Amino acid sequence: MCSGNRLSERRVFVRGRVKGKLVQEYDKRVRFEQLILPHLEAAYNLARWLTHNDQDAQDMVQDAYLRAFRFFPSFHGGDSRAWLLTIVRNTCYTWLHRQHTDEVFDEEIHDIEAENLNPEALEMHLLDQQKLKEAIEELPTEFREVIVLRELEELSYKEISSIAHVPVGTVMSRLARARKRLQNYLTARSKEEE
Amino acid sequence: MNCAEAQSLLHAYIDAELDVANSLEVERHLQRCEDCRRDYNDYQALHSALKGETLYFQVPDLLQKRIQKSLRSDEEIPASVQQPLKHVFSHVHATPWSWLAAAALLVFAFFGIWGITRFWSPINGQHSIAQQVVDSHVRSLMANHLIDVPFSNQHNIAPWFEGKLAYSPPVINLNAQGYTLIGGRMDFVDNQPVAAIVYKCGNHVINFFVWPTNPSNHTSDTAMALQGYNLVSWKAYNMNCWAVSDLNLTILHQFATLIDQHTDIAQGAGPSARGP
Repeated sequence: MCSGNRLSERRVFVRGRVKGKLVQEYDKRVRFEQLILPHLEAAYNLARWLTHNDQDAQDMVQDAYLRAFRFFPSFHGGDSRAWLLTIVRNTCYTWLHRQHTDEVFDEEIHDIEAENLNPEALEMHLLDQQKLKEAIEELPTEFREVIVLRELEELSYKEISSIAHVPVGTVMSRLARARKRLQNYLTARSKEEE
Repeated sequence: MNCAEAQSLLHAYIDAELDVANSLEVERHLQRCEDCRRDYNDYQALHSALKGETLYFQVPDLLQKRIQKSLRSDEEIPASVQQPLKHVFSHVHATPWSWLAAAALLVFAFFGIWGITRFWSPINGQHSIAQQVVDSHVRSLMANHLIDVPFSNQHNIAPWFEGKLAYSPPVINLNAQGYTLIGGRMDFVDNQPVAAIVYKCGNHVINFFVWPTNPSNHTSDTAMALQGYNLVSWKAYNMNCWAVSDLNLTILHQFATLIDQHTDIAQGAGPSARGP
């Protein structure tokens, strides 16, 4: 009987070790799901704006979540949303670069002269969410991204700068240019319609 | 502050990113300069218009489930498929003890099994129970009699068992963890009617059997393979728990751990009762 008791002790010990490891994995996933999963909306919204379509956005988000899960042990607190969005953004850019040839984004080329705005047309189109959506879709990716992060996610310049890997000054100038473009697009549309 | 300076700070002003001194400067300039004020008003209007909720894309319904599922499969992949070599070597460097333990376990298991078969008969009973559990599992898959009562809400399965068994089996909803609760079934194992609670993980069925322990029957926790099926058994709150499936042992162990933990929570007692 003595050997029987020792046997069951050892078995419990062995099972405890296997279980301990499983519990650790389980704890990691639970913590990940509590901290990172709530930012799914932000992740999807950014991916959807960057990829222009639902299916690719879903793939990007899933891919980003898997990467985030693997990197999760290296996440030591801080802003979990910005942390996740950085990964989503990188995943999307890798995919975008594979889709197109590697173009280097030139800030200056995308700068445009402000046209004479037609205040009434602008005002009218600002109320039209569909038009606004089109206007954002038309922006170059780098501008679209700052608009989404600033206007829809309401992130600070500093957070955007860390997500987009550019200096704060660049965030500010991209925002200025992006907004100018949006206004021009909205007023240009109104001229066509006239 | 002139117009050029004001224009360069206009967006930071709208976004409330300016320090107090610069904010005041811009404000003062806007009060004086009509052109800049018009620009400011236009950008401010655009800024407000972009707050519309329709611009924010809503997450498709199934995406969260899809992600949770892929996270779970990711937990198991690294060990066997993704980076087998790297994983093995990192393991050697990190925990040489586990290899010693494994070797010790092998030696121990050899003598253990020898000892058991010679001196300790209950394990035969356990093996025959394992056989019965596998038989029940196979029967449930073959005879189109997987469940007697389908899962419809959190509280319909446990009451269904109440009238048929002298004990209350733990019915735990693990949908959020990727194990879909399908329903319950009455079965017959170890010479008595037992509760079978049926889960699905992907296309794989897990039969989870529960019945009260017999004080004279000393069974221990096991994990084994029989006829191509994997089995895990453990005891909790004087209940024999057996999980059987064609899923691999790691996943089955994970399932067992989840059931175990949630039973702790459901019972709300014992030293290990705490939230996840």
